[in-house]
Amino acid sequence: MMAGLSDSIRSGDGVAGVLARVSRSFTGLVGLLIVAAIIAIAALAPFIAPHDPDAIDVLNRFSGPSARHWLGSDHLGRDLASRLMHGATVAMAVALAAISAGLTIGTALGILAAYLPTRWERFILIIFDVILSFPSLILALAIVAVFGPSTVMVVLIVAITLIPQFGRVARAQVLTLKSAPFLEAERILGASSLRIVTSHVLPNIVGPLLVLASMDVPVVITIEAGLSFLGLGVRPPQSSWGTLIQDGYQYLSDSWIPVLVSSVALVLATLGFTLFGEALRDAADPRLNRER
Amino acid sequence: MFANETARYLASRLVTTVLIVFGAMLMLFALTTLVPGDPARTLLGPQATPELAQRFIAAMGLDQPVHIRLWRFFSALATGDLGVDVVSGRPVWTMIRDVLPYTLILTFASLAVAVAAGVPLGIYAATHRGSWMDSGLAFISVAFIAMPSFVVAIFLLLIFAIWLDWLPVLGASRSGEFWDEFKRMILPTAAIAIGWAGYFARLMRSSMLEVMGEPYIRTARAYGIAERLVTYKYALKNACIPAIALLGFGIGRVLGNAVFIEVVFARPGIGRLIYEGISTRNYPVVQGAVLVMVVLVVLVNLAVDLSYSAIDPRIRRDGAAR
Repeated sequence: MMAGLSDSIRSGDGVAGVLARVSRSFTGLVGLLIVAAIIAIAALAPFIAPHDPDAIDVLNRFSGPSARHWLGSDHLGRDLASRLMHGATVAMAVALAAISAGLTIGTALGILAAYLPTRWERFILIIFDVILSFPSLILALAIVAVFGPSTVMVVLIVAITLIPQFGRVARAQVLTLKSAPFLEAERILGASSLRIVTSHVLPNIVGPLLVLASMDVPVVITIEAGLSFLGLGVRPPQSSWGTLIQDGYQYLSDSWIPVLVSSVALVLATLGFTLFGEALRDAADPRLNRER
Repeated sequence: MFANETARYLASRLVTTVLIVFGAMLMLFALTTLVPGDPARTLLGPQATPELAQRFIAAMGLDQPVHIRLWRFFSALATGDLGVDVVSGRPVWTMIRDVLPYTLILTFASLAVAVAAGVPLGIYAATHRGSWMDSGLAFISVAFIAMPSFVVAIFLLLIFAIWLDWLPVLGASRSGEFWDEFKRMILPTAAIAIGWAGYFARLMRSSMLEVMGEPYIRTARAYGIAERLVTYKYALKNACIPAIALLGFGIGRVLGNAVFIEVVFARPGIGRLIYEGISTRNYPVVQGAVLVMVVLVVLVNLAVDLSYSAIDPRIRRDGAAR
């Protein structure tokens, strides 16, 4: 399943080849462009932001879009465009940290589940089930209630909720791969389990896991923005798309521009990453198209 | 052999359900003992006199050793006692009981709307594959799915309350009058329903297409059965199964995420109860409401999984393996 992506990663047409296939469809191309733009903005925010995101200018609060403030200013006269750019950095950092943590731990547990005796396998699967059936947002709220909101908490909570899906896919992939002749051959040649896993199993299961990871990006962005919107995620004055929307919402009676601008930014991001993730999935395996 | 597998599946689902509820209780207990700093100080604020703090600690039983508190916590839960609000002194259970119906109504109304809109659209897209309506719907459903519900809520608020000034939006009806409450339900319901309608449309489309490719449909066609009958009678029945699963998954998800909608539209509900409990550091309220929510969501998931395997016997083996 989804051998396509793994194949192209190994056969060296690499990232460029995958991206070329993603951009073959119109929605994939749109997704790719938005994703590229957001990643560039997130990485370069301190250099390209036109203003200091925290610079307060109360006299010019709620100024509409202008040459000075491209997207207007908020209730403290801070430049919205700059704050949105720095918000992109936060969103991308959270997504990167949470997804790589979830991916690593989930994959490790998934491979373990496939190799360990049945009893342990059951145990790991039950843990996955428990995490999956737990209402994660409520869990997040309970944890934040006690430890107080912070970006680290958001990353931690999201990472935990992502573990089971990576774990399940990794396990399923390993199970189909386990009895493959080339692994048998490797074993007969005397390779250790560790060597088999790291140099043969991992490269073969990485494709589907990366597709899954890319499809998680919009989910993580939404969770981060959502928690921050509730004031339970990223703390002010650090700008996050969620806190920007919350600020705009608070001052809705003064001006609807800040809330509109920040909501549109968030929607563009989630939409872009969703389109990209789906195009990547389809590029990896056209058969999946029909199943979804 | 088959019954055996079903029994094993049932047993494993029951075990995980109990584990989750028990785990949630333990976690909620641990959280209150882990509160950084002095709980009395955090809850009562820095102005609290030492006597007041002392009285509070004694009343909450915080001066007892951990195992005694754990025992008290669980025995209180066993008798259905969720503690009292530290501010108002009201029993937490009554507070939850008062707001729970709002969350439940919102959840069911929005999913009902989502199914009513999404399923027909999905069937239409599948039966008119490749038409411009099909591609248009495909894009719109992705867009709706990608939009976080609180952003949809804010957009709706902007359009209908600020720009058009059509609907009363905030809060629930105080008068309890049906028509007033109905009008106040429209935007919150739509805010949740839009994304889920997108899900249902997409799922119905792909599952219709998959079923239409099955041999039994070809057989039905070969018998000369009218295409309309093949589509709506033979294919639709099987194509609906994934949608039922999504509906079940949706109930749990919407319940858990209702807090966003309740906060944006200032509606009463269990999500907002938790949210306000957190902002005022009212731990008994957070504890009780989170526990009720977890139990609710987990029971819904269990019921859905069980009914799902009852509807489609093919699931049992997959479900057990999952």
